Amino acid sequence: MASRAQPLNWVQAIGAGFALLVALMLLGPLLAVALRAEAGGAGLRAADWAAIRFTLVQAALSAALSCLCAVPVARALARRRFAGRQAYIALMGAPFILPVIVAVSGLLAVFGQSGWVNDTLRALNLRTVDIYGLSGVVLAHVFLNLPLAVRLILQAWLAVPSERVRLAQSLSFAGRDMRRHFEAPLLRATVPGAALVIFLICTTSFAVALILGGGPAATTVELAIYQAFRFDFDLGRAALLGLVQVGICLGAGLLAWRFVRGVGFGAGLDRPALPWPGDTARARIGDGAWLGLAAAFLLLPLLAITGDGIAAISGLPVSVWQAAGRSILLALASTTLAVTLALPIALLIAGHAARAGLEGVGLLSLAVSPLVVGTGLFILVFEVADPVALSLPITGLVNALVALPFLLRALIPAAMAAEATQGRLADALGLRGLSRLRHAILPRLRRPLGFGAGLAAAFSMGDLGVIALFSAQGQETLPLEMYRLFGAYRTNDAQGAAVLLMALSLGLFWLFDRGGRVNAAT
Amino acid sequence: MLQLDGLRITEGDFTLEASLSVPKGARVALMGASGAGKSTLLAAIAGFLLPDAGRVVIGGVDVSHAAVGERPLSILFQDGNLFPHLSVFDNVALGISPRLDLDADARKDVEDSLSAVGLAGFGARRPAALSGGQQSRVALARMLLRRRPLTLLDEPFAALDPGLRREMLALLGTLCDATGQTLLLATHDLRDAQALCDRVLLLEDGQIVLDEALAAAMARAPAVLNPWL
Repeated sequence: MASRAQPLNWVQAIGAGFALLVALMLLGPLLAVALRAEAGGAGLRAADWAAIRFTLVQAALSAALSCLCAVPVARALARRRFAGRQAYIALMGAPFILPVIVAVSGLLAVFGQSGWVNDTLRALNLRTVDIYGLSGVVLAHVFLNLPLAVRLILQAWLAVPSERVRLAQSLSFAGRDMRRHFEAPLLRATVPGAALVIFLICTTSFAVALILGGGPAATTVELAIYQAFRFDFDLGRAALLGLVQVGICLGAGLLAWRFVRGVGFGAGLDRPALPWPGDTARARIGDGAWLGLAAAFLLLPLLAITGDGIAAISGLPVSVWQAAGRSILLALASTTLAVTLALPIALLIAGHAARAGLEGVGLLSLAVSPLVVGTGLFILVFEVADPVALSLPITGLVNALVALPFLLRALIPAAMAAEATQGRLADALGLRGLSRLRHAILPRLRRPLGFGAGLAAAFSMGDLGVIALFSAQGQETLPLEMYRLFGAYRTNDAQGAAVLLMALSLGLFWLFDRGGRVNAAT
Repeated sequence: MLQLDGLRITEGDFTLEASLSVPKGARVALMGASGAGKSTLLAAIAGFLLPDAGRVVIGGVDVSHAAVGERPLSILFQDGNLFPHLSVFDNVALGISPRLDLDADARKDVEDSLSAVGLAGFGARRPAALSGGQQSRVALARMLLRRRPLTLLDEPFAALDPGLRREMLALLGTLCDATGQTLLLATHDLRDAQALCDRVLLLEDGQIVLDEALAAAMARAPAVLNPWL
């Protein structure tokens, strides 16, 4: 069989080295956790079992509700054309880069004790709603994951070939026939996968549970790790709970992996709406109502917090600005590290068995729970140095590791496409090594690189996970500082910090994403 | 100039076998139906495919296992001859230096080469800002600049209409008169072959079934070549 040489050998060698390094940095902490964990299931107390149960129940409810609401919204987006449809779809991508703590504070401003909803209910002499506990955690998770569910399901809808839809039109299908022959199979194919992905995301959710959960009835495993760590400083128990979390992640992850093949994130969402056969006035009104409700649900909390917080920005204490500066530096460092690691690894995977590599990347992203990796790193570092003094570097490292799979998912297909379209010409001109990278490959990677770096930066900027484990006085990042302001009932300052945090996260994402597009190839 | 000794390439259940000798300065048309092995033969000479048996000798040197860029040849593909993200100047300059670090002399060579194909002053543009014919000229300019003794053309200028394509082939012929390049042109249009070549090779199912002067083949066995007229 005819064969081909690998013209990016040394870049790929670096990629192999980095891949090994990443595996060590993930498996090392996991191993440390496993070795430190108290032996056997006997170590699990009743409270821990309650945490496991709560984790699974809230994740299942969140996934089910997100998908249930996403189906009509996705259907409306798939079959309607209206002004602002593109903006609407873009809005569905925003929660990826919105800091969780900002989202939660927005929900509090709408649904909290003194939020808009309860004010209205009180004015009408009705019973108020309580956002803390299970209902609050699920509400926040639906807020954060509904857009993802909509995007995943919409993608399947838009993948229906227009020839097939024309065929349905020529056979004069009614709405009922469309549901039977198009929508039912399409939903059967996508909804389980989408639900499992969201279930998985919700099992590792920490910040939401930290703010809206707590107490014996509403503690997730991740929150229990944090409590064992911060309040009891019981490393053995934290490690044991960490192992439990790894088990939950892997179980849900493997399950999701079986169902989610082929469901990606970005592509194909900008196709125009299909003319859907069997349309009626009732369907049009229903679609409009769903779109309006979803938009209100997603936008009102953000508007609420922006309205309350903008005025508070000028009066923010110095500590908030210092935390903001720290967070920006941390985000930039973490993004640099993530990009440095991702590029050679992406080129390595793209040049070799790409499919298997992609699946490995997926598995990696499923297995990583930042809090568990953080716990493991703490245990490792604890032996030789003061982990608290290293809180910022460790946070940056973990954030980079968590962002890595997203970068790889964006880069690998682009690198494969670049080799496919430009590789032969580059070969013919003898472009190898650095020249090939600079002139033939990198220009084609600018967009995904900018996008991935933007995700990494926004993620690091808004992260409230590992930093909460390690934090010491004077080392706060902006999300942590905001959380402290909340805890101290300085709501006004907290909302100001939320607006600042939101602006910085979206701003960093925009800068990187924009940078990738300016003068980009294609 | 180019010699193939018992070359054999296997791709799935398709096998190409070729032995031939092309003297310096010859212009050979490689003809045959789709799937006859034209592109495979060119890919083997270029080094995109490594032979299962036999040798590829260029200029007396066995290059059977040399990398694509190390073989003393240039290639023009059907399309995709230019990097869309690089300027016209840089696209041509890649023919001199993969690193694009050019001294003043080299820069002048690039400009001269662009002038030779009638594109003086177009260096700063991106390929997308050029017509199809102009893009082909850029590829020609780079080919000239590389000064490789052998040039392989795999159904080049396929995006151009037939008239413009033949004009481009004629320009290629004129430009190569000065350099004495050896040309190997894969085509399924006999008139393209006539515009440039003096010898014809006919491939059928991976085998060379005809190899002689183009004029003689036209006179002796026009029926064989008729399908491509």
